[in-house]
Amino acid sequence: MAEQNSSFSQSDGAAGGQGASQADIYREWIDMAVLTPIRVAWDDWRTQVGSIIIAFYLLMGTVGVTLVDPPTQGQGDRYVPPFQDWSVPLGTNNLGESLLSSTVHATPPMLQMIAAGAVFSTVLATAIGTVSGYKGGAVDRILTVFTDIAMTIPGLPLIILLTAVFEPTNPAVIGIIITINAWAGLARSIRSQVLSLRDHSYVEASRIMGAPTRRILVDDIIPNIMPYVLINFVNSARNVIFGSVALFYLGLLGSTHENWGIALNNAYNDGAIYSLDVLHWLLIPMFAIVGLSFGFVLFAQGTEKLFNPRIRARHAETVEDDTAPYQE
Amino acid sequence: MYVAKRVAQAFVTFVAVVTVTFALVRSIPGGPADFIRAQVMRSGGSDEISMSEINSLVESYTNIDPSTPLHVQYFNYLTSVLQGDLGQSIWYNKPVSDIILGAAPWTIFLLSVSILLTFGIGIVLGAVMAYLEGTRFDNGSTIVSMFLNSVPYYVAAILFVYVISIQLGMLPQSGRYASGLDPGMNLEFIVSALRHAILPIVSLVVTGFGGVAITMRGNAVQEIGEDYIRVAHLRGVPGRRIATRYVGRNAVLPMYTNFMIAIGFMFGGSVILEEIFAYEGLGYYLLSAINTGDYPLMMGGFLIIALAVLICILIADLTYSMIDPRIEDQGSREAY
Repeated sequence: MAEQNSSFSQSDGAAGGQGASQADIYREWIDMAVLTPIRVAWDDWRTQVGSIIIAFYLLMGTVGVTLVDPPTQGQGDRYVPPFQDWSVPLGTNNLGESLLSSTVHATPPMLQMIAAGAVFSTVLATAIGTVSGYKGGAVDRILTVFTDIAMTIPGLPLIILLTAVFEPTNPAVIGIIITINAWAGLARSIRSQVLSLRDHSYVEASRIMGAPTRRILVDDIIPNIMPYVLINFVNSARNVIFGSVALFYLGLLGSTHENWGIALNNAYNDGAIYSLDVLHWLLIPMFAIVGLSFGFVLFAQGTEKLFNPRIRARHAETVEDDTAPYQE
Repeated sequence: MYVAKRVAQAFVTFVAVVTVTFALVRSIPGGPADFIRAQVMRSGGSDEISMSEINSLVESYTNIDPSTPLHVQYFNYLTSVLQGDLGQSIWYNKPVSDIILGAAPWTIFLLSVSILLTFGIGIVLGAVMAYLEGTRFDNGSTIVSMFLNSVPYYVAAILFVYVISIQLGMLPQSGRYASGLDPGMNLEFIVSALRHAILPIVSLVVTGFGGVAITMRGNAVQEIGEDYIRVAHLRGVPGRRIATRYVGRNAVLPMYTNFMIAIGFMFGGSVILEEIFAYEGLGYYLLSAINTGDYPLMMGGFLIIALAVLICILIADLTYSMIDPRIEDQGSREAY
């Protein structure tokens, strides 16, 4: 909070000199909307660890693929255990493919799927949730029924049907198909957040001044739910990981590109679960999946207190703790 | 009034789901008609089969007669679904409704137990964490919850199969009950069915309760700080009563949406979970139908899973409206 106050007084000082230039307003906005939340969030170890994990996967998906050869048969002997032969550091599978190669080369399509799916579901959910919550009346009723329908249709079976129909190969398209009805839950919770905002005095003021609905939503409503939306953006990233690995595990997307689910499926069906010697074949894709989603979960949890002032206050040392439950 | 509105809405939703299913299945490349035609051609050999015969065969399997216009096909399909006729499975050569009636109880048993346990454990753990906020127990449980929340249920399932079934041999790896047992109300069968259900249920619960606990913890921490809780303490309301009636109830209510999402998520997830455990429930048949191109079973399985989710959500909805009377006055909001 202190940082937010200081940013105000700084920009006020600058504005007092010769009227705020566009650059000053822009700088103030950056400080308020971007830097301060980052500073608050960075205080939390979960954000730090989560960011490091996500950054690691980003590096693996960009730089890593240029350093590690793509997986081919016979890169090493078959069933080499990890940390034995340094030409295949994580060992090999039944075809002698390096598990390091297949893990690293599965990362870029995974990141593309996550980005496409998370953007699609979050944008759609925010649009439908805010309009539905703010407008009320018939618009709200129609959008709510629409949302309920999307929420009721069972996700994974629908996704499976869609992949059967469209046979997508582009990671971005797969990402969007995976979140095809994941937006509905988020839209509903955004709607209930907006319900408590729509009658605030500053929203009322904009309305009386005759601002169009679009302006009110963009200027008054969305900034207030932005932290919530951001956290859910990260959560839907986790869901895209779960969904895409499931589809590849079930073999419904073939092997159009590398995926940890394919490795998992091969390991499970080709006997890795019956032998201790080839357990790494099963465990390495599992570590890759859980690692990335743990990174996202940590990041989401670390940033959560951004929009929960009570949690923030209770963790701040300067605030007197008068909210603790009374002990009997 | 509210009940009637919700039931009507659920019905509209179901019709919408049937429509989506119809549209999707119509747009699968080739489609059921081509599939059946190819099968008939193959088995019929040189025998000449007229187009109308194939069409009537397609209709008897899928309830879709390809020779009629699209809207007639849709109307016929919708009416036969609403009458409980889901067509004939091509692969198993049995009515789809028979297969589904045999499979649905297992899936519903598995998932309702999982959902109840997930939310039960999560809510209690989250409330305890909130009351012990900042202690070592809270910090430890938060980390464990976050970690478990980032493990996909099917990864947990594979690990459980590996460790508990195969390495330790403690629980069966696959199936609904031991082979050779007669399904019925005898002790041996029930024990066997329960033992086969443990691992699928545990996979869902272990990876699910963490997310619930974290949400519950956040809600409860927020509730504990509210003014009315302080007032209640000053009034001398017993602490236990405050914890359950005041904090507990108000922290649980916002999780209603999470609950509805979880129902859909878990039922959808039965496809992969039942595949891993070879558990012959709805998801297992749905996936096998997709793999064999058995369109009637595919559509039927899809519709019944949707129907199960719909009924669960309806029950949750009606229960919620009994617990939280505020839901009634939603219609009175002004429209902008």
